[in-house]
Order: sequence, then C-alpha cells, then structure tokens
Amino acid sequence: MTDTAAPAQKSGIRISGAFHRLLAFSGLIALVVVFSLASPNFMQTQNILAILQATSVNGVLAIAATLVIITGGIDLSVGTLMTFCAVIAGVILTYFGLPLPLGVLGAILAGTACGLVSGTVIAKLKVPPFIATLGMMLILKGLSLVISGTRPIYFNDTPGFTQISQGSIIGALVPALPIPNGVLILFAVALIAAFVLGKTALGRYTFALGSNEEAVRLSGVNVDRWKIAVYATAGSICGVAGLLIASRLNSAQPALGQGYELDAIAAVVIGGTSLSGGRGTVLGTLIGALIISVLANGLRILSVAQEWQTVVTGTIIILAVYADILRRRTL
Amino acid sequence: MLNRRHLLGAISALAMLASAGAPALAQENYDIALISKGFQHQFWQAVKAGADQAAAEFGVNVTFEGPDTETQVDRQMDMLAAALSRQPDAIGFAALDSQAATPLLQQAEAANIPIIAFDSGVDSDIPLTTVTTDNVAAAALAADKMAELIGNAGKVAVVAHDQTSRTGIDRVDGFVNRIAEAYPDIEVVSVQYGGGDQLQSTEITKSILLANPDLKGIFGANEGSALGVANGKTELGSDIVVIGFDSGAAQKGMVESGVMAGAITQNPVGIGYETVKAAIGALNGETLPEIIDSGFDWYDASNMNDPEIAAVLYD
Repeated sequence: MTDTAAPAQKSGIRISGAFHRLLAFSGLIALVVVFSLASPNFMQTQNILAILQATSVNGVLAIAATLVIITGGIDLSVGTLMTFCAVIAGVILTYFGLPLPLGVLGAILAGTACGLVSGTVIAKLKVPPFIATLGMMLILKGLSLVISGTRPIYFNDTPGFTQISQGSIIGALVPALPIPNGVLILFAVALIAAFVLGKTALGRYTFALGSNEEAVRLSGVNVDRWKIAVYATAGSICGVAGLLIASRLNSAQPALGQGYELDAIAAVVIGGTSLSGGRGTVLGTLIGALIISVLANGLRILSVAQEWQTVVTGTIIILAVYADILRRRTL
Repeated sequence: MLNRRHLLGAISALAMLASAGAPALAQENYDIALISKGFQHQFWQAVKAGADQAAAEFGVNVTFEGPDTETQVDRQMDMLAAALSRQPDAIGFAALDSQAATPLLQQAEAANIPIIAFDSGVDSDIPLTTVTTDNVAAAALAADKMAELIGNAGKVAVVAHDQTSRTGIDRVDGFVNRIAEAYPDIEVVSVQYGGGDQLQSTEITKSILLANPDLKGIFGANEGSALGVANGKTELGSDIVVIGFDSGAAQKGMVESGVMAGAITQNPVGIGYETVKAAIGALNGETLPEIIDSGFDWYDASNMNDPEIAAVLYD
C-alpha cells in the first residue's frame, strides 16, 4: 500500500514512518514465530483462517478509525455504529423481507448518514470529536436496542447473507485455500482506503487537517466540508463492518459493540498512526489489527489464563505507543 | 537501531514468558477447554472455581474463558475457534447465541471433540449432555419450604417470569405439581406472569393479594419476579410468606431483613464441577444422561452466611 507519511518525516536516518511500520511488522512476525515454536497447533491452516476471520471486523473498524485519527480527531462511535448498521440490515432484510443487495446498501448508507451527523456536529457545532462521538456512541447503542426491541434479529430468511463473511469465493476455486470472504472484504476495504488516502484530494486533506488545520483554513479551503467527508467515509466503512459481523453471527446482536472502538483504536496506534494526527497508514493499521488477533489467538492456544492475556495485550499496546514517542522525539 | 532492538526484544521476551507460563501438558492428562458466557461476573467466577476444583481433583488441565459481557457473541466465537485450534480433548460450552455457534460446533463434531453444554446450554443436538440446574426439582424444593412455612395448609400463588422460556415452564410446573402431589390442603389459587419485570410483578402481586385476602404465601420464580412479589407485600403491608429464586444484592437484603422467608439458589460452582466431570466421563467412553443436574440450595437468614451457601450466592 502507498506510503503516505507526511513530508517532515522523510528526512535522513531518523526513525521514519516507514521504519515504524517495519517495526510493527517485525513484531507481528516475531509473535507468529514464537507461537509457532511454542505450539504445533498454531501454524495450522484452520487456525490461520480463524485468526484472519477474527481480524476482519476489528480490521475494518480500525481502518475507519485510522481515517479519523489522521485528521487529529477520534471516533468513539465506530463499535456501536457497526451494530447500528447491522440492525438496519436486519430491519431491511428480515423485518421488511427486501432483497439482499438492498440490505447491504442500506447498512452502508446508514453508516454514511451517521458519519455525516458526527462530522457536522464536530465541524459546524465545534463540539470536540471526543465528546461528539462519545455522544453518538451512546445514541447509536440506544437506537439499536430500540429498533430491535433488544432482541437479536436473525437472517434466516435471507439464505445468502451468511456468505458475505463466512462463504469463500477463493475456496470454491481453490479448495485448499478456504479463505473466508470476510477476509477478502477486509483487504478490499484496506486497498480502497489506502488508495483514497494516497491518491485523492480527500486523502490529501485528511493528512493536511491533522498536520495543520489552521493553515489549510487560511489557504482558503473549505475545512468543514472535508472534515465532514472524512467522518462520513469512516461511517460507511463502519457499515461494511456491520455487515461483516452480522453475516458472521447470522444475526444483528443489538447490545454488542460498545468497547470495540478501543480495540480498533489500539490497532491504529500499534500500527504507528499518531493520535495527534497528520501521520498514519492503512497498512500499519492492518498489521496492528493482526497483532491483536494473533496475540489473542496464540495466548489462547497456549492455554494462558484469561487474566494474563489482557496483561500481555496491554503491555504490547504500551510498547507500541512508546515506539511512536521515540520516533517523534527524534524528529 | 537500539530502539528497534529493544522493542523487538521486549516483544519476543513477553511472548516467551507467556509460553513458559502455559501449563506443561502431560501425555495422559486430558485438556478441557471451557468457553462460558462471561468471565468477570461473580456467577461465572463461581463456575470457574467449580471447574478448577474438578481439574485438581481429577488431574486434568482445564482452561476457562468467556467474553467481557454477555453481548459479545463474536468474541465468544473467536474464543471457541481458538479453543478448537488448540485441539483439546473436550470442550465445555455455554452458548451466548446457539445459532451463531453452529458452524464451529459442527467443526468440533467433525474433529471428534466431545462438546458438553453447560448453564443455559446450546440449542443443538451436538452436545453430548447439558449440565444445568434441574429447575423442576428446584421449584419443588421451594414448594416444600412453602408448605413447611405456612403449616401445610392454605392458599398460595406463583408469580413467574414467562410461560415460554424453559426456566419459566419448569419452575412453575415444579412448584405447582409438587403442591398437588404432596400437600392436599394447599391450593395454588393463581399463577401469573410478569415478564421478570420487578414493577409489573409488584402490580400482579398486589392484585393477587387484594383478590385473595386469606392468601398465605407467594413463590417468585426468578430474581425480578421475587423482588416484585416482595415489593407488593411491603406496599400492602401484608405478612404473607415470600419465597424467591436466585440471589443478587437486593434479594439477599430482603432475605436478611425477613421480607422474604428465603430463596432457592442455583449452584454455579456445581455447574463448573459437573461440566468438567461430564467431559472426563465422555472421554472415558461413559454414556451421559441428557441432562446433568448441577444442584441447588435453599437459603434463608439463618444459613446465608454459611461458607458453602455464601459461595454460591452472588450480588
């Protein structure tokens, strides 16, 4: 994927953004090697597929969070927005019995619309992103429960629905490689997001907003419009995550989602995106999300007690952010 | 470069530590993975304590995992998938959503890993058995206690949560049938359903009490129903005998203060213990009954601080 580090980083022998990604990548490789040596059950096709499947939802959410974090903002609503979009798909497909493509479209549009609302509240009403999206997080959590009547909405009447995440187009062609479609969708979202960040005006303004919003404003750019566009894009990506999780569970689980934003943000920072904005990559986020899943899966395979699993995960997050601080200190 | 080496070193050291911390599996030891519906809640910690107790007693390796909240269905699937990859000898599973778990359960069946369902179980025919509270017997004990407290004669009523759930049906049947069989002088005048909602159960209780001024007692068939019954009793200043079900801080307080005569508690420690025991039984080729009762207890103000009772009560 494209290297979209800010120009300031490209100087000399300092720890650059590219290097940080290398660091995260080395961390991922190190984890995989250690777990493979520690347990013969780790490096099995079925387990690798389980890890990828576990990464798909958090990976997509983390990509949405990456876009927002690069602008110097934060989106705490990604988890419950995902659930909201899943519930909307449930309403369209199960309650109204409409065809599958409409459910897919509806979920993504619902995500875009909610992103537009968050973006507008932040850009026009000047509510800080942390507060605006905290509010959205709660609003969407409540709406999901209201709309669904607090019960899961099952997709039993839409037979193709589980194929979105659980089916395998590759597996149909190459039976030895039953990579779930959910994983392909994660990679597709990553490619598109990397393209948007690296090659489009929206991408350029995403970085510019995070680096120096005032300078962008003074140069006559409609800052508010671009900011709203970023949140709306992140919202539609959350819509994709909503479809993935609903398809995987064959149901929209209305109470789920809160807390998932923290895993997404963790993946973003492990991947080297700066929480202060202006710097970050989709590839780094993808690696960050994989590190979280590999860690969770590997520790489980080694039968490490659940209490200690969380301690190790927390330690890795701090180490990753410490690396980020070292990098900025050398700039 | 120093930074990178430090960080990489730290990461691998951590991972090594983690692997060193994993229990070494002796060849003959069974490895049993329990995936529960929760982890932090006192109830689940009590289930875990029972599982650990069985693990120590029978010399097997048991792991116990569950999502942070009972809403995180996908996290539970990740845990089940990782447990399958570990290739344990048996799996104990309490499904948050049976349907979502079906593909993974089929995978376990194909890999010949026996599945033991526990707590609310799994709505599927793949599990070999389900370790759960025998709600019929538990409610029958409530009936016996009610009879004892009202002197084996008079009118009683039941306020239950619903007539569709397994626990709702079993607890009402267990109570009503026991009274009919064993206590000819006691009459169940009314069975009403309040959805487990405290307020609704309060209103129902008041209407039952107003319609039957000579009522002797009411059985509240789950936590919300029991609290509602006790509220209704207090609001009308009645002195009927109230018997509840399960615990929770509010209900424990009412038992302590005497508003409630006592309640039936399920035995989460027993659920964990019996699940591991059933898994070992399955691995040794024993035939398991469809349902394994994990036990239940009666508690009142006199025994609720006894260590073995206090251990199964939760806030």
